[in-house]
Amino acid sequence: MCLAVPMKLIERREALGVAELDGVRREVSLMLQPEVEVGDFVLVHAGYAIGVVDEAEANATLDLLRQAADSLGTP
Amino acid sequence: MSGEKIVLAHGGGGRLTQELIRDVFLPAFANPALAALSDAAILAALPPGRPALTTDAFVVDPPVFPGGDLGYLSVCGTVNDLAVAGARPVALTWAVVLEEGLEIELLRTFVSGAARAAAEAGVAIVAGDTKVVPRGKGDRAYVTTAGLGVVPLGRELGDHRVAPGDAVLVSGPLGDHGATVMACRHKVEGERLRSDCAPLAGLVEALLGSGVEVHAMHDPTRGGIATTCHEVAAHAELVVALEQAAVPVRPEVRAVCELLGLDPLYVACEGRVVAFVAAGDADRAVAAMRGHPLGTGAARVGAVEARGAGRAPVVLRTIYNTERPLDLLAGAELPRIC
Amino acid sequence: MTDAGAYGDPRAVAAFATRIREAAERLSRRVTLMEVCGTHTHAIAAAGLRRLLPERVRLIAGPGCPVCVTPVEYVDRAEALARRPGTIVTTFGDLLRVPSSRGSLERVRAEGADVRIVYSPRDALQIAADNPAHTVVFLAVGFETTTPTVAAALAEAEARAVPNFMILSGHKVMPPPMRALARDAEVEVDAYLLPGHVSVIVGSRAFDFVAEEFGMPAAVVGFAPTDVMRAVEVLVGLLAAGRPEIVNLYSRVVTPEGNLTARALVNRFFTAADVVWRGLGNIPGSGLALRGEFAHRDAARIEVELPEPIEPAGCRCGEVLKGTIDPPECPLFGGICTPDAPVGACMVSSEGACAAWYRHERFAAGGAR
Repeated sequence: MCLAVPMKLIERREALGVAELDGVRREVSLMLQPEVEVGDFVLVHAGYAIGVVDEAEANATLDLLRQAADSLGTP
Repeated sequence: MSGEKIVLAHGGGGRLTQELIRDVFLPAFANPALAALSDAAILAALPPGRPALTTDAFVVDPPVFPGGDLGYLSVCGTVNDLAVAGARPVALTWAVVLEEGLEIELLRTFVSGAARAAAEAGVAIVAGDTKVVPRGKGDRAYVTTAGLGVVPLGRELGDHRVAPGDAVLVSGPLGDHGATVMACRHKVEGERLRSDCAPLAGLVEALLGSGVEVHAMHDPTRGGIATTCHEVAAHAELVVALEQAAVPVRPEVRAVCELLGLDPLYVACEGRVVAFVAAGDADRAVAAMRGHPLGTGAARVGAVEARGAGRAPVVLRTIYNTERPLDLLAGAELPRIC
Repeated sequence: MTDAGAYGDPRAVAAFATRIREAAERLSRRVTLMEVCGTHTHAIAAAGLRRLLPERVRLIAGPGCPVCVTPVEYVDRAEALARRPGTIVTTFGDLLRVPSSRGSLERVRAEGADVRIVYSPRDALQIAADNPAHTVVFLAVGFETTTPTVAAALAEAEARAVPNFMILSGHKVMPPPMRALARDAEVEVDAYLLPGHVSVIVGSRAFDFVAEEFGMPAAVVGFAPTDVMRAVEVLVGLLAAGRPEIVNLYSRVVTPEGNLTARALVNRFFTAADVVWRGLGNIPGSGLALRGEFAHRDAARIEVELPEPIEPAGCRCGEVLKGTIDPPECPLFGGICTPDAPVGACMVSSEGACAAWYRHERFAAGGAR
């Protein structure tokens, strides 16, 4: 019940914005995330931005995954 | 041309029908057989080989999309059905059922699209028909075609020839057409989103002409490569195993699929070949396709295996080293939110 | 979600698989983890992740598919609305083939009804704006992730004064069925994988009750393979250590408090209601109905003739949803009930436990090389 995709907000006009992923764009409503700014990564569900990606947390998660991957083969 | 929209009389056989033929169809499909305007097209004798015949119906929403239109799609689809059967396309028929109220300009777009595809494929559209249905009884336009081709002597392709050990190859990235059309329907845009719609006869001849042992070919249209593999596996009690890591999908297509909840393995292509070739010839076959402009993205994506007990007919080896069945779709892939 | 990119890294997944096997050694018995989100069911099946888990760690799908738990009465009503002249029914694709008493929305569309698939409730609103002479009904199903988008569309409909846009609410909320499951003696669940995108809206704190009231650990989980595998490792560890805690493993988008704007919008338009969950029966306070002041938007108030609802005989959807049986244990599974001809909604939605099982798990062979 949760198909949502992180996309970059590349444009904003009041309550509407344009979000982009890998060269593909769609208009999204920002009614549920009024404080987002162009450049933020928003979580898009059913044409609405429902959340925003926290860069620091994302990087922490990626570090954790990198460590896990590197640990493969380590006795 | 009288007026800007199709009216019922355009399908009536009288003056308006004649106008349509004279002003829209004939100039675009110009060839001697058609110009004779007799009730049936008389062709020159066919080259040696076995005649092949195919028929298809086409409707698409939206009727014009990046990379093509209903007309272009209809001719490519017909030509490709012949090509993957190993037949060299010779002639096509093109019949259209128009909805009352359709803009004639849109019809011209379809017709010129069909003509362009025919020219690219080196075939002639030798016969046609037009009917008009009342407003609300048709989705702007439906096209039905028949395609005639010839399978050269000595060429024998078919699913019955596919055997364990065969390599599964594709001529390029998957899902471009379906993803582009779905994107249009749901307001998703992207400059690099473009249907892969193309006539494949030239690519197929390049592959067959390279001397590799091709057992069968298909064009993965409705239902994508997964559905195509089911057709092959069903024919011959085999397993078709695809390697997820090897299946090419363009980033834009992947993005559309993620956004709308589609699986690229089930998304239609209209300009790709899936080929089943003898194991030892896989590399040469890929090279042969890559040598053709429509095959630059060719890749080996899987293999055919014998069907053991309890094994699904089509499986995917994931990038996690797990295997899961690719089941036959219940119906068309639908965008989902869940 | 994405199976490529860093969050899908096969090496990280393999590392977590190893760690899970090691952590499972410390367990005194087999444990059962339940995920309650259809999108988790789909993501897990698509990557074949169950094959990577040891025997002692069982991962099952609970009632997380909003289409699966939509009762037959809802689809019957939607069909009846579609048959009304001058009505356009708009819906997410997920609902199109859900069986009703007499057929499905797909079949009624084939009979000439105007049923349109939309990606967004906003697209449905636009259809209403473009067709002022028609009544446009949006089939509003979904859990907490989706409800705010519908509320936002309603707010926009009010602001733009689009009078012909209405919804038929089938919305539900997650915590009540989880409580019902936790209290059900038949259901053996030791820990939950919590729905990541529902949590974006409600916040990770909303699931504190799982630990506080039921003494079970739970993790807020994203949808990439690394998210799931990491969560299984963490939960197995918590179970082995006897620590009933709630951990947020999707902190890149989930905060403790969630999306307050979204929840406020939902509260403006909806109020809690007692609703029927297919297979689970009536669960008090588990649904959302439009508030009385928005009666003009409520398609449930439109008079339609409904058939006697027919629950298919022999269908064990309810037990599948509760996790007490696996799909193959239902006598209809794979025989009368297949994705092509579904009996219960569990088979229709590609996330339904039965459809996911049919597509991905049905065949015995296959496993990690």
